[in-house]
Amino acid sequence: MPDGALYELERVCFSYGEARVLDGLSLSLDRGLFHAIVGPNGCGKTTLMDLMIGIRRPDSGAIRFCGRDLSHIPRRAFAREVALVPQDYGINFAFTVEEVVLMGRHPYMERFSGPSSRDVEIVERVMDTLDISRLRYKFVTQLSGGERQRVVFARALAQDTKVLLLDEATSNMDIYHTIHCLGLVKRAAAQEGKTAIATFHDLNTAALFCDTIVFMERGRVAAQGSLDEVFDRKTIKEVFGVECRVFEVPFADCSGKSPVKQVVFKT
Amino acid sequence: MGPPWAWTSLLAVGLIATVILSMGMGYLKISPLEVIKIIWSAITGNRALLEGMDKAYSFVVLEVRLPRILTSALVGAGLAVAGVIYQGILLNPLADPYTLGISAGAAFGASLALLMNITVLGMASVPLFAFGGAVLTLAVVLFLSSEKGGVSSNNLILSGIIVAAILSAGISFLKYIADEHVSVIIFWLMGSFVARTWGHVGITFTMVLLGFMLCFVYARELNILCLGDRSAISLGVRAQRVRLLLLVTASLITAVCVSVSGIIGFVGLIVPHLMRFLTGADNRALLPASALAGAILLCASDTVTRALLPTEMPIGVLTAIIGGPVFCYIFKKRRGMGAGYA
Repeated sequence: MPDGALYELERVCFSYGEARVLDGLSLSLDRGLFHAIVGPNGCGKTTLMDLMIGIRRPDSGAIRFCGRDLSHIPRRAFAREVALVPQDYGINFAFTVEEVVLMGRHPYMERFSGPSSRDVEIVERVMDTLDISRLRYKFVTQLSGGERQRVVFARALAQDTKVLLLDEATSNMDIYHTIHCLGLVKRAAAQEGKTAIATFHDLNTAALFCDTIVFMERGRVAAQGSLDEVFDRKTIKEVFGVECRVFEVPFADCSGKSPVKQVVFKT
Repeated sequence: MGPPWAWTSLLAVGLIATVILSMGMGYLKISPLEVIKIIWSAITGNRALLEGMDKAYSFVVLEVRLPRILTSALVGAGLAVAGVIYQGILLNPLADPYTLGISAGAAFGASLALLMNITVLGMASVPLFAFGGAVLTLAVVLFLSSEKGGVSSNNLILSGIIVAAILSAGISFLKYIADEHVSVIIFWLMGSFVARTWGHVGITFTMVLLGFMLCFVYARELNILCLGDRSAISLGVRAQRVRLLLLVTASLITAVCVSVSGIIGFVGLIVPHLMRFLTGADNRALLPASALAGAILLCASDTVTRALLPTEMPIGVLTAIIGGPVFCYIFKKRRGMGAGYA
């Protein structure tokens, strides 16, 4: 594996028409860690995710993945390296849960061939870990928002990639499933050297799982570092404009690190 | 829901039976056995099979009924396949082959040719004008809806509706100035398979078959497009390219179907829905099932209007009158059972 950062973004700009969303953003993300990205509405989190997965291309600036320019990596090969759990998880057609999870194996399947035994095995395992095996013949259109989000999560896990991008991936899940799903991702990072890059609205959920945190503001990085370095009252006040206090709670997180930082807001 | 291949085989048998029965029906009644003999003798060149049979039978079956029957079946298949593709691409179960205004474009082209009495291209003038109108409309709709990064579903639907509205006004105007010619336009618009020839069969067969094969090749990508663009692209699918390719293919199928038959509604909207109840949403099973069911529906409807009704009724009217209530019944019943229909 080459040295250097997993993702390197250099002075990336992106606009929707006249509206500039990313404004010279530079960012470097290392392998084997859980990175959280937070920031106020409209600061460019989802656009950043879109650029990192290659859905959109930057107007200017460079994005490198493992040292290679992202636009030079073939789509199918890239889909075996990086998976995305998108924010929007609406599905209009009555596919079964199993069918949707199996779609995660698309980058590995040849045209016209059915799923291999390995594909089936991975799909089974992912459905078991995410507690959706009992829903397998249900139509995704019949599920609740949180259940459907778990199915979309499972579809991304079935892609079996070294890197997972999560865009508000647990926004509709209950607290049990949020902790369970993110815990899986966190352990995969800590034990198997996988990388997770996740956007969050809830700072406390981010703080429970991430190794490093990126604060974004108006299309740029406002602060980046470990929780100890940047997760404090001053940064949160600057970026979100709210008064708060950050506490240390003597819990060990799911990778055994203690204490955990949590924030309480003043209303 | 059953195993998809079982449904497809069953529908294939159903289609063959429908075609054979249809060929025997009409003013001249011919038994299915005789129909099979006539067809077999035509294929193998074995004249002996026709002994003892009225000479007219062979002509009626092969030159009069078969082209019309095959055209209706092919148009049914084409419209149903186009419906599946449009619904999948536009992420909208309400879409049908006419959502993007293809039918309005074809109707405008045909009305123009009928009104101006344009015959420079011979018998093919009206179909060619219809096809031209359909393709031009598609080009305008694609142009209107394209933006940075390709065409989006919502833009397509909106552009289609706007263009169709303009064209409808144009058709109304043509009808208004047509005076006593207006009935010709109205009859063309309602759709008909009367007096279709082997030429019609050839053109429709080529386009529907090629289109179907292309759509089938991309059926798994179409499934994945239903998850939304973000998911599709992150799974390595070139969403914009696949969408455009399938859109143009389905539109060309529709354009050819409309050109040879006029505007037959209902098939392209309802058949994909009905088939989803049988095969599920997987387009690899849905496409062949819909093609066969669309063929059966239109072939049977055309036979009813040709052979069973005292006077011939416009085929588009008949498909909606028969199929509509059937769909309502199944729709209500299945939803009551919680079949997960969106």
